[in-house]
Amino acid sequence: MFRKNSYLLICLILLSGVAAGLVLLSTAPASAATQRLVLTGSSTVAPLVSEIARRFESLYPGVRIDVQAGGSSRGINDVRKGVADIGMVSRALKPDEDDLRAFTIALDGISLIVHASNPVVSLSKQQVVSIFTGNVMRWSAVGGPDTRITVVNKAEGRSTLELFLDYFQLKNSMIKPHIIIGDNAQGIKTVAGNRNAIGYVSIGAAEYETRRGMPVRLLALDGAAASISNIQNGNFPLLRPLNLVISHEPQDLARQFLTFAQSPQVRDLVKAQYFVPVDAH
Amino acid sequence: MHIDHLLAGILRAGAAVAALVMLLILFFLLYESWPVLTELSVFRFVTDTSWHPLERAYNLMPMLSGTLLASMGALMLAVPLGMASALFIVFFAPTHLATLYGRLIELLAGIPSVVFGFWGLTTLVPLINEWHPPGASLLAGILVLTLMILPMITLTAYTALAAVPEELFRNAAALGLSRWGMISGVALPAARTGITAGIILAAARALGETMAVLMVAGNVVQYPESIFDPIRTLAANIALEMAYAMGDHRAVLFVSGLLLMLLVMALSAVAGLLEKHHHA
Amino acid sequence: MPEMIWHHTLQKIRDCGVQGFVYLAVLLVSAVFVWMLADLVRGGFAHLSWEFMTESPRDAGRAGGIASILVSTVLILLVALVTAVPLAWATAVLLTEFVPVTSPLGKTVRFSLFVLAGVPSIVFGLFGNAFFSIYLGLGFSILSGGLTLACMLLPILTSTAEAGLRAVPETYRLSAAALGITRTAALIHLIFPAAAPALAAGLLIGIGRALAETAALLFTSGYVDRMPGSLFDSGRALALHIFDLSMNVPGGDMPAYASALVLVSLLLCINILAMKLAYSLQRRKILT
Repeated sequence: MFRKNSYLLICLILLSGVAAGLVLLSTAPASAATQRLVLTGSSTVAPLVSEIARRFESLYPGVRIDVQAGGSSRGINDVRKGVADIGMVSRALKPDEDDLRAFTIALDGISLIVHASNPVVSLSKQQVVSIFTGNVMRWSAVGGPDTRITVVNKAEGRSTLELFLDYFQLKNSMIKPHIIIGDNAQGIKTVAGNRNAIGYVSIGAAEYETRRGMPVRLLALDGAAASISNIQNGNFPLLRPLNLVISHEPQDLARQFLTFAQSPQVRDLVKAQYFVPVDAH
Repeated sequence: MHIDHLLAGILRAGAAVAALVMLLILFFLLYESWPVLTELSVFRFVTDTSWHPLERAYNLMPMLSGTLLASMGALMLAVPLGMASALFIVFFAPTHLATLYGRLIELLAGIPSVVFGFWGLTTLVPLINEWHPPGASLLAGILVLTLMILPMITLTAYTALAAVPEELFRNAAALGLSRWGMISGVALPAARTGITAGIILAAARALGETMAVLMVAGNVVQYPESIFDPIRTLAANIALEMAYAMGDHRAVLFVSGLLLMLLVMALSAVAGLLEKHHHA
Repeated sequence: MPEMIWHHTLQKIRDCGVQGFVYLAVLLVSAVFVWMLADLVRGGFAHLSWEFMTESPRDAGRAGGIASILVSTVLILLVALVTAVPLAWATAVLLTEFVPVTSPLGKTVRFSLFVLAGVPSIVFGLFGNAFFSIYLGLGFSILSGGLTLACMLLPILTSTAEAGLRAVPETYRLSAAALGITRTAALIHLIFPAAAPALAAGLLIGIGRALAETAALLFTSGYVDRMPGSLFDSGRALALHIFDLSMNVPGGDMPAYASALVLVSLLLCINILAMKLAYSLQRRKILT
């Protein structure tokens, strides 16, 4: 009796599996006709590009655009290897990357963030360097409560890290971090969950999350507030372009997408992510 | 009989493919790490100043020490707890409670590592942070790993203890040994090899565990000074950096994968030998 | 005489101490287990709804549900099973029915699977990325992820099936041989049905392992959270979804709890079913 049941169970598992597979594959939009575009790279650019891609897909039925985040280096890497059609890079291209072509779709800055309950509102360049190199260990030294500072640093391969190091003239080996994070969102989440933490992320991403009630605050840097208007007029010191990069002459679909991503048709999307549209200044 | 030959042929082919998977994995790990193994001196994995792949510094030792510390810490907690659990099921609990607890442990064994990690991240890390910041730490990693390997230790110890012949216990009882005397003098020695093999396998599991540790251990590459310091394990490092690693960096990650695999293989080989020795 | 009594009390105290420690340990383990489950249920239950199961994630998973994630998970699982089950069961049949235990072929295959069983899942991920995604050019796709998982499932599926087949009494084979039935026919009509509960239990355990896996899928199936259009699309498995929500999405804890609750309930059901099958056989070996 029992044997029969388990035989049935096996058949049931396998059959239902195959049936489910067939149903799923047949109900999915006709896959043969779809054109695909794969974008990988910067986690700062990814949310914006996802929105742009969604709008693009609704305008051009039969197109499927997959967006995967993983860091700017990965975007460059994947484009060179041909794994991705377009790379997302949240910085200007370097001299040794002149085999690639960049299309700027928005401007962004990098801001230090702390927990919303932290009384510190602004830090000087020197204070930031002291905190991140472990010379200043307690918040009291920079006008905060007498608690230990938790330094949140980015994982290597992230352009946010590179620009941060560049601006403060540091090397990554000099930084004494307590937590290493990957995506911007992870940084915001970590700081929001830790009253003593300090980290640095994309201003657009931080602004986006604070408007949704995440308990983090953007710090002014050398007296310049990390605001959209300060990015727009170039007053904020840590600025960067958000780029889409390609390695060779793009095919029609990729070119169409690149043009679309730079067009006024997506300006509202750029603003909704708290970035600055390129043609705005 | 012709059909039998045909079937045997098909089965052999299937088995050959199954056996080849292992070779294929080894081959690809070697193939991907080859550039680094041949061009860089292996000593650089020990003597470089730190792990900063973008500055071309590839010291794997802090992460190896992190991996070993986390695994050993977890073993130190999980072995007593797991053994106690197994003893409870075999010797101390009434039958229905023993069955119930046994099932509980088996279900615990089926919980995915990412759920342990998630729970650690939302519950343990904030708790530790209140006590001693930053929270994401070696301690959090150890606690989560303990939960993951405890069922394994309990189940293998239980199997080994349950296999001890009944008459040994009867003899012990006839000698008037106390309960602990019986356990420590008769049961544990008789089940020794099985228990040891289980512990070694659990150690292998702890060494190779990725997601749960990645989520709670803070991932700073350093030699920890206390259990409240964050660490990064070899496996977590691969998961963290693989996405954007290029060239030598990528190859070094494959080297660390190879290292991890050899460590784990050595451990499971010891466990396998123990069991074989025991059965022979 | 007083010495004997002293010795006896010492033993008593020690027995009590050990008993106390054992009970304490058991209480601790149970308490943590209950704590964890309670956290999952408390955090996730309110977020669970029919819509959560039938809608695709929106806004990086903060809103919407997990429909597309479930579809990807099932597809990855299917690819893995369709590849691994025939291979594993063929290997098991070969090892039990066609070659002697000590033959070189049997030894080699068994050793290779034994080693494979110990390989950490992140190493499978590295291999899958290098071989399926890049060398075979499958990219980040459900196919790469499923095939990587298939490699991972081979040892457990083979060993459970082998144990099940070995448990079939030798008399079955002997009487079949005496009746002049071919081995193939005996296998199909006698041995497989007799071993069916064990095979089913093994299959369920394999499914449980596959559903729980994250690290091996990180660099093979990718983490696009949309409804996959074909097996060549990237698809995010449920375990990976939990990881992404909890690590990379601020405000993603609620859906992460709910997804974890779904995954854990699913696994509990599967494992309880597998346990029932295995226990009815009274063969604990299958589980370990």
